[in-house]
Amino acid sequence: MRNEQKQEVIRASGIAKSFGTTEALKEISFGVNEGEIFGFIGPDGAGKTTLFRILTTLLLPGKGSMTVLGRDVVREFRKLRGEIGYMPGRFSLYMDLTVGENLRFYASVFGTTIEENYDLIRDIYTHIEPFTNRLAGRLSGGMKQKLALSCALIHRPRLLVLDEPTTGVDAVSRTEFWEMLRQLREHRITVLVSTPYMDEAMRCDRVALLQEGRILAIDTPENIRQGYSRRLYSVRSAEKFRLITALRKFPETRTAWPFGEDVHVTFREEGRASGLENFLREVGITDARITEIRAGIEDCFLELMGGAHAGP
Amino acid sequence: MRTIFYLIRKEFLQIFRDKFIGKAIFAIPIVQMLILVPAVTFEIRNVKMCVIDRDRSVESRALISQLEGSSFFRVTHTTLSGKEAFDLMHRDQCDLLLEIPAGFGKNMGNGVPSRLMVPVNAINATHAQLTWGYVSGVIRDYNLNLAASKTGDIGLSAVPKMDITHRYWYNEMLNYKYYMLPGVLGILVLAIAFVLAGLNLVKEKESGTIEQINVTPVRKYQFIAAKMVPFLVIGLIDLALGIAVGMAVFQMPFEGHALLLFLSSFIFMIAALGVALFVSTFTHTQQQFMFAGFFFMIIFMLMSGIFTPLESMPEWARTINLFNPVAYIMRINRMVMLKGSVFGDIKGDICALTAIALVSTLFAIWKYRKSA
Repeated sequence: MRNEQKQEVIRASGIAKSFGTTEALKEISFGVNEGEIFGFIGPDGAGKTTLFRILTTLLLPGKGSMTVLGRDVVREFRKLRGEIGYMPGRFSLYMDLTVGENLRFYASVFGTTIEENYDLIRDIYTHIEPFTNRLAGRLSGGMKQKLALSCALIHRPRLLVLDEPTTGVDAVSRTEFWEMLRQLREHRITVLVSTPYMDEAMRCDRVALLQEGRILAIDTPENIRQGYSRRLYSVRSAEKFRLITALRKFPETRTAWPFGEDVHVTFREEGRASGLENFLREVGITDARITEIRAGIEDCFLELMGGAHAGP
Repeated sequence: MRTIFYLIRKEFLQIFRDKFIGKAIFAIPIVQMLILVPAVTFEIRNVKMCVIDRDRSVESRALISQLEGSSFFRVTHTTLSGKEAFDLMHRDQCDLLLEIPAGFGKNMGNGVPSRLMVPVNAINATHAQLTWGYVSGVIRDYNLNLAASKTGDIGLSAVPKMDITHRYWYNEMLNYKYYMLPGVLGILVLAIAFVLAGLNLVKEKESGTIEQINVTPVRKYQFIAAKMVPFLVIGLIDLALGIAVGMAVFQMPFEGHALLLFLSSFIFMIAALGVALFVSTFTHTQQQFMFAGFFFMIIFMLMSGIFTPLESMPEWARTINLFNPVAYIMRINRMVMLKGSVFGDIKGDICALTAIALVSTLFAIWKYRKSA
């Protein structure tokens, strides 16, 4: 028990924060263990950024307490700042400084040098090293992100906090980016990441589903998927819009959500999918293919969200 | 201390990285001096005058030629119709009417006082006052000459009269350039400190870079100091450039000690920077800052006494000016440059400036800490 507690790098209890009458966070509690990649998954406005700003000492919590790396975020914020690496959602480096100047500047304000911690950022920085003398503002999205990550790591933080690091980044760069985060484990750096992309949740060790300032679930992505309570079907047709309308008219349908090319459907009573094929044919959709599938994180999220909405 | 050094190095890198600002900060003082000093002057020449001479006597012509003889007036119209004359004034064709009534010369000969009418276009009040001043001066001279010649006629040459001679001290020729130049130097330094430094800080907020700085162990006072130092250095270099232009182009006298002037300007800049940084703490975009900053700048400038003497302002305005750093630097610059004042003469002003500098800077740091 004692050992386990020692490993916890973040402990938040009852954190709440309001802006005027808007409650951004509603008394949330969670813990993050050392060395894990912990993801906060949730749509825009769920409170991810507010939570991260409290965590990185940029914002005072309204209620509750939080310790990060064993330090209180309110009382020991100054010491904490030297030990956290933070990458805000918006690119926040100096556009009018070069790649090299930005990196050197952030190393210097943390009282270190690039050389001292180069081993930590080597894998990331080598990608942008050819552009050392280019202005940061002239880099492509993926490059900017690598530079921002290098700058957030240059002082060898024990905790890395990334606020929507992959928003607006192309698919290849996103995959590369997650690969880089994996590699950081070798250096025993805990990574806290938020993303609105459900597919990225699978890459985390544990995730917390956040919705309207509340945590709906915290678990490994696998456990969350297994926690899905219903049988789920995927329906596909060339005429997607008509298909959704038809599915929502089908009396046995409980939910029907568009998922890319497909529509994910659940029914009021299990095993009532059989009547659907006939129903669709009657309304003129003949090419529908119905397959039972395993729930993904997003399905779970939608289910939990539905619960939150229908709550007391 | 090392951190401040790194922050300052970053500021300089950014300032000179900007192709426009990097050059403009040194070009602007020169251009500003060359344009503003000659332009903002109270000297009045060639006032367009319309004469309604209903007398057409020797005396009336003598008065007109005496007015024309000075470089201030130019008779552009002559008419006998009062209506036409006022029409001309209405259409901005002339700024001054001189109506000489019929019988002016005759009355003069008989020793009967005559009345002249001199309406002045007072759209610009300063202009009107100065014009009137010149006109009455010329007429007074004319009167004196007349009196002298008349009394000479009857052989009373020994009539005692007062002869007033005046001398303009510290600006012998009443050269308005000398009066304006020290003031323009103050405005120049104000603009550098206020606009550049304030915008710089707000830009960090607007672009979000301040977030990234806030998660580093950089302290607020270090951050503020690093924002001030580069502009203090640039401001003082610009001041030196401005003085050099003033002395080379306008033969500006410099009676006092340069060191005293630079010390005062240094303190003044800290005050201006403090206010600018304070404004930047409650604005979030460069546009908001410019709007709020403009308000402060205009009030500071117009109330500073650069155009109108402080002493002629109402009591409440003078009270406000106790908190106006520009009012102090305006006085200090003129005293040091024109009068050669030493520290002892202006120590009251310097102390007040120091107080404003300290309070505004501490307030900016305090406000900044609270908001971030």
